Amino acid sequence: MNEMQFLTWVRGPGLDIAIGIFLLGVLWRLIEIYTLGRKQDVAPGRQRDGASGLHTVFRRSVPPPGMVRKSPVTYIGGYVFHIGLAIIVFLFAPHIALIRDLTGLSWPGLPSQFVDLVTVVTMAAMVVVLFDRINKPAKRYLSTFQDWFTWTLTFLPVLTGWMAVQHLLLPYTTMLALHILSVELLLIFLPFTKLFHTFTVFGSRWYLGKINGHRGVPV
Amino acid sequence: MSDKNSGLIASLAHQGISRRTFMKYCATLASMMALPPSAGRAMAEAMAAARRPSVIWLPFQECTGCTESITRSHSPSLEGLIFDAISLDYQETLMAAAGHQAEEALEKAIEENKGKFVLIIDGSVATGLDGAYSCIAGRTNLELLKRVAPHAGAIVAMGSCAAFGGIPKANPNPTAAVAVTDIIKDKPVVNIPGCPPIPVVMTGVLAHYLTFGSLPELDKLGRPKAFYGETIHDRCYRRPFYDQGKFAKTFDDEGARKGWCLFELGCKGPVTYNACATVKWNGGTSWPVESGHGCLGCSEPDFWDGGGFYRALSMPADPLKMAATAAVVGTAAGVAATFANRAKKGAAKSAHETVTLADLEK
Repeated sequence: MNEMQFLTWVRGPGLDIAIGIFLLGVLWRLIEIYTLGRKQDVAPGRQRDGASGLHTVFRRSVPPPGMVRKSPVTYIGGYVFHIGLAIIVFLFAPHIALIRDLTGLSWPGLPSQFVDLVTVVTMAAMVVVLFDRINKPAKRYLSTFQDWFTWTLTFLPVLTGWMAVQHLLLPYTTMLALHILSVELLLIFLPFTKLFHTFTVFGSRWYLGKINGHRGVPV
Repeated sequence: MSDKNSGLIASLAHQGISRRTFMKYCATLASMMALPPSAGRAMAEAMAAARRPSVIWLPFQECTGCTESITRSHSPSLEGLIFDAISLDYQETLMAAAGHQAEEALEKAIEENKGKFVLIIDGSVATGLDGAYSCIAGRTNLELLKRVAPHAGAIVAMGSCAAFGGIPKANPNPTAAVAVTDIIKDKPVVNIPGCPPIPVVMTGVLAHYLTFGSLPELDKLGRPKAFYGETIHDRCYRRPFYDQGKFAKTFDDEGARKGWCLFELGCKGPVTYNACATVKWNGGTSWPVESGHGCLGCSEPDFWDGGGFYRALSMPADPLKMAATAAVVGTAAGVAATFANRAKKGAAKSAHETVTLADLEK
């Protein structure tokens, strides 16, 4: 298989398989999680839970007072790489072309040099967050194989995409194919790992906020 | 064809090309091939003194587009004249001889220039049915290649078909077409891919061979690095628009009229290594992207099966076939899991026994 055939495979059958597994997994897990329900709570609520669910969705995006100072790497690193990933994925013109082709939706992109800068910052933040996880005994103790695995799955597409654009290590064609392949691996594993929080994060925040409100801790 | 023993410079002078023009041409050629400035002079001297080299041109499964490109599109440029000035001993499209005379000319050229002649091949080699899909004078292309190649001083695979199999090799490849390098394993082959290739690349390789007696530096696909070292995208004059995120969305929208990047219209420039963006075509007049059409990637292996000329590189090469089925299966799995979980909860509820004080005191 030459590099052009490799690229055509990842753009063709490879992408087909990856998107297939992704859709299957996402629908399966979303339906299962949201129909799981909860045992009926027979105790009356201490008070009405009001808008605690909705509030929690937003409040948990803001660090509690004092926490940024206490754990700066977690908060700042976390913000930087999440926002960075969103910019790279949704505002780089070739990525928008893919989204438009798959869904019909499109929006303007950002200049490629800016996306390039964001990519470097994102990778730096991810590396710092990883080192923090290794360095801090508590974080290291709490880490399982899945934590290291999902970090790698997320990091590889960013790294290979950047290396392709910068013409590093391998010819562009091969690196682009590796980039697409790494994204396909991410798509395949996303529904079945902790990366599924991309779909459940706001739902679970709402749920917890509502329960807390019901129990008398409204926000 | 003129006297075989006269030098190239004499032949050019005869056609009204001055020595100065020739020197300038050689300097340009040397700089295009990224050779040091002194190479231009060496090239001019070597080429001026060179006896016109014998060239045997074998056309296999091809469309004659490569011959058209080199003999016509640049005419009457220096490329065309130099091409006229080599001793083209066998080229079916251009030679006057036909039938047995032509075959005799081939055998004679092989015998007289053993180990020295340049063998140019355009077209892929059919291997299906023992090569019977493409025959010349009762001999298959495969036989002919195996007969001529061992005696050649240098072998050039001209055009994407000879270099990589090209269109004949495109899916489903009914003739089992292969590239020259799939047959010739024991000799270096210069691949000059393109559909058709750029004429100056051909003369550059020829000039290098005449000057240094060797082939230019090649990349891992056997292409001269000087011409195939960079992608179309990296040298494209529309590149700034790509970087600014300005793209033509259709062939006649505002972006297209303003000359914005053609990436979203399927341009394969980012993965195509060729010199079109710098050398251009038709004597430097224009080239595909300048005329408003994206690059097809014609100098890359298997460009014909690269997933459609009008689909951007970041778009799927084929329509997604599994998505709908996967969505149905996923939904079904979710619903099945829901029922299973409900049943489990129901069973737990019905199995629940109330704990009394008496139980706790046991």
